[in-house]
Amino acid sequence: MLLREVEYAKPASVAEALGLLAENDGARALAGGQTLINVMKARAASPDALVDLNGLDELKGIELAADGTLTIGAMTTYSELMASAEAKARPILGEVCATIADVQVRNRGTLGGNVCSNDPTNHLPPLMCAIGARMTIVGQAGEREVPAEEFFLGVYMTAVGPGELLTRIAIPAGKHDGFAAVTLGADGTCICNAAASVNGSVRVAIGCVDAVPVVITAGSPDEVAAAVRAADLDPPSDVHASAEYRRHLAEVLATRAAKEAAAR
Amino acid sequence: MDVTVTVNGHTYERDVEPRKLLIHFLRDDLDLTGSHVGCDTGNCGACSVIVNGTLLKSCMMLAVQANGATIETVEGLSADGQLTALQQAFHEHHALQCGYCTPGMLMSATALLRENPRPSEDEIKKALQGNICRCTGYWNIVEAVKAVAE
Repeated sequence: MLLREVEYAKPASVAEALGLLAENDGARALAGGQTLINVMKARAASPDALVDLNGLDELKGIELAADGTLTIGAMTTYSELMASAEAKARPILGEVCATIADVQVRNRGTLGGNVCSNDPTNHLPPLMCAIGARMTIVGQAGEREVPAEEFFLGVYMTAVGPGELLTRIAIPAGKHDGFAAVTLGADGTCICNAAASVNGSVRVAIGCVDAVPVVITAGSPDEVAAAVRAADLDPPSDVHASAEYRRHLAEVLATRAAKEAAAR
Repeated sequence: MDVTVTVNGHTYERDVEPRKLLIHFLRDDLDLTGSHVGCDTGNCGACSVIVNGTLLKSCMMLAVQANGATIETVEGLSADGQLTALQQAFHEHHALQCGYCTPGMLMSATALLRENPRPSEDEIKKALQGNICRCTGYWNIVEAVKAVAE
């Protein structure tokens, strides 16, 4: 497919990338491109210019602090995360990344791209909400940190505003996590998914049922189903699942993820 | 934009529009038509190539992003006129019917065997997940990769 004409720039620093984004309203950041390039083929988006973030070492790398906090550069690919010894500090991250699409996509797709595209069927938005990730956003006015729950604003919309970039994701230490999904084929697109983390109480984030992950807390895994029912979800109906079936899946998957989390 | 790439050991310099996908650059500009366009939506993997050692789908990368890269395509596997062990195994195990997916299958399996020379059957299946065969000939493809792994 021939894309619509587009300008291309490959900045050498985050500061240069921010400058390029700020000077052109029609410019978009290009991360792994595993969503954006396809969206451009379909003309669902036609940016005037692409600012390629590949090659920005500032946005790469995974660091593990003494207190167990993981800091992951936004341009880290799924494959890099899966291979990282540091990332084993929060095992669920690598486990979920291993179920995203296929080898080729995991080699190129990035964690930052996954959360910034905020497709409601993506794996990482609910996971980030469940495990208490914090996103660092940088713009020409400076840097700020946003908790995952406030990061996802709507379908394809996040707290990353025009002219801004997500630079890194900070994730606290923890092992009591779970993830469950019903997908279109093995490792395919999620019809419904849920991520859970147990730290005293149970925190579950459900994906595919609303524009942003729906966060639910419960005292124990056995109380999750009732908490999901009480949330009165209004999920979309589509060719893959009716709203009623998605509501059912939300309950089942949230419980499954919570039990997995509690059992670890 | 000027793009310089090394594909299967040959260096090419071309002037490329930023909107051109890597797969079209390989096929149309360099006349390397071994890599195929199957779905053009990033699902089928027929366009899989190895860029700087990394397996990827060349319909989801711009040609300009490959500037300076070393690229391996299916044409490079038997560059010396000899089939690789993997290609020979595909031949012997009848691991293709129409052959359209084969270039991508070969590149994915090549990448797998480099990283993991003795993959299990499950590891082979997982490694080929991004490559679709619409003749549904997966069985023999997995058998061929297994034969090389053993």
